[in-house]
Amino acid sequence: MLNTLLPILLFAALGLAVLGALRRVSLWRQGRPSKVDLIGGLLAMPRRYMVDLHHVVARDKYMANTHVATAGGFVLAAVLAILVHGFGLHNRILGYALLFASVLMFVGALFVYARRRNPPARLSKGPWMRLPKSLLAFSVSFFLVTLPVAGILPANFGGWVMAVILGVGVLWGVSELFFGMTWGGPMKHAFAGALHLAWHRRAERFGGGRSTGLKPLDLEDPQALLGVEKPKDFTWNQLLGFDACVQCGKCEAACPAFAAGQPLNPKKLIQDMVVGLAGGTDANFAGSPYPSLDGSGKPIGEHGGNPHQPIVNGLVDAETLWSCTTCRACVEECPMMIEHVDAIVDMRRHLTLEKGATPNKGAEVLDNLIATDNPGGFAPGGRMNWAADLNLNLLSDKKTTDVLFWVGDGAFDMRNQRTLRAFVKVLKAAKVDFAVLGLEERDSGDVARRLGDEATFQLLARRNIQTLAKYSFKRIVTCDPHSFHVLKNEYGAFDGNYVVQHHSTYMAELIESGKLSLGQHKGGTVTYHDPCYLGRYNGEYQAPRDVLNALGIEVKEMQRSGFRSRCCGGGGGAPITDIPGKQRIPDMRMEDIRETKAELVAVGCPQCTAMLEGVVEPRPLIKDIAELVADALIEEVVASQPAPAKRKPAEVH
Amino acid sequence: MNTKVISLVSIGAHPTSGRARRAEQDARAVELGLQLAGDNLQVLHAGDSQEPALRAYLGMGLEQLHVLEQPAGADALGVLGDYLRDAGAELVLTGSQAETGEGSGMLPFLLAEQLGWPLVVGLAEVESISNGVAQVLQALPRGQRRRLKVRLPLLATVDNAAPKPRQSAFGPARRGVLAARQVEIVEDELFTGAELQPAKPRPKRLKVIKAKSGADRMKAATAKASGGGGQVLKDVSPQAGAEAILKLLIEEGVVR
Ligand code: SF4
Ligand code: SF4
Repeated sequence: MLNTLLPILLFAALGLAVLGALRRVSLWRQGRPSKVDLIGGLLAMPRRYMVDLHHVVARDKYMANTHVATAGGFVLAAVLAILVHGFGLHNRILGYALLFASVLMFVGALFVYARRRNPPARLSKGPWMRLPKSLLAFSVSFFLVTLPVAGILPANFGGWVMAVILGVGVLWGVSELFFGMTWGGPMKHAFAGALHLAWHRRAERFGGGRSTGLKPLDLEDPQALLGVEKPKDFTWNQLLGFDACVQCGKCEAACPAFAAGQPLNPKKLIQDMVVGLAGGTDANFAGSPYPSLDGSGKPIGEHGGNPHQPIVNGLVDAETLWSCTTCRACVEECPMMIEHVDAIVDMRRHLTLEKGATPNKGAEVLDNLIATDNPGGFAPGGRMNWAADLNLNLLSDKKTTDVLFWVGDGAFDMRNQRTLRAFVKVLKAAKVDFAVLGLEERDSGDVARRLGDEATFQLLARRNIQTLAKYSFKRIVTCDPHSFHVLKNEYGAFDGNYVVQHHSTYMAELIESGKLSLGQHKGGTVTYHDPCYLGRYNGEYQAPRDVLNALGIEVKEMQRSGFRSRCCGGGGGAPITDIPGKQRIPDMRMEDIRETKAELVAVGCPQCTAMLEGVVEPRPLIKDIAELVADALIEEVVASQPAPAKRKPAEVH
Repeated sequence: MNTKVISLVSIGAHPTSGRARRAEQDARAVELGLQLAGDNLQVLHAGDSQEPALRAYLGMGLEQLHVLEQPAGADALGVLGDYLRDAGAELVLTGSQAETGEGSGMLPFLLAEQLGWPLVVGLAEVESISNGVAQVLQALPRGQRRRLKVRLPLLATVDNAAPKPRQSAFGPARRGVLAARQVEIVEDELFTGAELQPAKPRPKRLKVIKAKSGADRMKAATAKASGGGGQVLKDVSPQAGAEAILKLLIEEGVVR
């Protein structure tokens, strides 16, 4: 009896799966076109899955092994089951292979089951709680129905009772694992995930690459959309990407805004986008809600939408989008390589460029950027006041130089001026041939772009690129990771291609080549805070540590450091949009710092400096790496200048 | 509401960089107009229709902005007056003082005089309009408000007491239409014939603080401006009233 039932079940399930797949594909195709290499992507997919994705999953050994056993076992078992039970190839070897595959899958499923017994808060519940049981049902049923094929049991063992039980087990298994995959069950992640890997919008990320610059909007074409208003305004492969989410909540656990109780949960956001692309409400979401100020979380089930309805204030509240610091912690952690930040900025673009709805200080900052080239609205003529006594070379005089020192808007901030002056001291001590743009420099456009104002970003970028084109230099060095990122990764789209370095990288090189004579750092223990835009955005974790080591500092690492570093709360215009939460992100980061018992935290970013120094004292001291290096410089005694021994020029700190 | 509302706008200049922008107060006039008339608001500028800074007003969500095409140095007064009368404007809103050009703040007064309309300075809010009469709140120093009933048509200037202008967005700014219209050009002889020079900072009056305690200072800062003397004239003939006022002005040396 099973011999007639099984093929029917299997092929019916497969047929339904194909129908579901077609339907799902048509949902994704509602999105805007996007150029991807369809065939090449598919061919590259297995490698992307086994190398790149596994690399992320392998950070959690338990889950990695579990997944290899379950998924590997399932794929093998499914193929063999179709051959053996679908086409009736009752071959002993195939039978044994199928037995092996289902055992492998069974073992994996047991571990999934164990994890699900006491799931951490970041995991979604709901249908996901059923998944381990479905996996067990599938593996056990196929194990048992295959025993006769392998010749271990007689063909009609157990009679019709057994046949019915196994029939039900197989039905359950193939429902979840075959057509559940394309009809929106938990297994959807396998189907959508595989295609998402194949047609990812940032294929450069695979094979160890990095792709973090935002993609430009076409402002020349008046018909082109300015950002994303409705789910169908995303590109089709972005929609596909949302569908790949496994609701593992790794992003939620890493998100600083979520931890601070701001109304953002990256996992929920991605799930809301899935609701948007398929239509409906968020009532079935079974994970942590967006935090709310009263601590109970925003109620589930009150938001909904469809591909043709505006997202904001239907599906998602605007404050959710404005809570993000664009720190990329979620993207870094996501095993499905989903691009949360792209999606958030896309939606912000619509709010800013079409609706004029940048919250709080947003409008003022953008107006300032347009009118004064700096976010503070300071008179542009004051950009070089910090260096009035330093006799810096201007590129407009020199025309050519080795190092172009990109000062950044920190020039207007008294605290950051200390860092800038310290770095100039280091450059001078190393006898570097350097120059600045002076009054010709403008804001890099970073904040405007993260706030969604692509127009102002492109305006600033084009003007800066025009200025830079007038001169010749070997590299740009800057103390600001945001300028660094924009100059290095985002000006390329406008034909601005430069060698750009963060000052920590450059100082590490100077030290390496013996251009600096350094003493030892005096003072207590030191920890180091990785800026998001230097670390996760650009992969520079080592140089700042090398510089600190060269000063005789042994860095007391925070638990969250390197690629897991927690944001200071200063990125993405978050201090400007200032969405309230239960606590402030910099306070949480300061707690991380305090845990190391370090007396000083070394930083490499004017934003981080400002955010961390904004934490009330008593707290560890905050110093930029350039300041630490400048303090440890052993100044050469210049013999030819019989300077009065005691009256050294006072350093302005 | 079907009152015909027109906001007058000029080109502003950013206070620290001097770059052209939407003028702060004029933007408030547009904001107030949008709150009153929504899409029916008409916005008018006399000057160069190619000036990109005008798009910042369109970015507030206007479909078009009417421009009476004039070269720099032309007198806007006559053409504005003619236009407003022909357009059947009932409520005209404008900033108190331009950020560029002469910036004398005289335009609203001269315009009201030319049209023969009442002028309200420092309009903070329009409470209601019915039967051709507007009930408005006028801003006075120290946050005080005065409720006025004024008949339409009416010209009103706004300053920083009026609602903050909404953000200007790129999309509508790019889509909006600058509808230019050719008008007769009258040279502003007073302006073109004058010699302009940078203003000298005015000497500041020394402030003597008499208050002994913080509470006193607070009181001094928030007290109503109150004249000591003064006289209330009631039930006098217009003639007698005018004479009394003139007498006072001569005494105070305002009129000589
Ligand atoms: S980028 Fe950072 S703040 Fe934004 S959602 Fe991701 S983790 Fe949260
Ligand atoms: S978005 Fe990525 S990290 Fe977040 S829940 Fe989904 S799969 Fe996990």
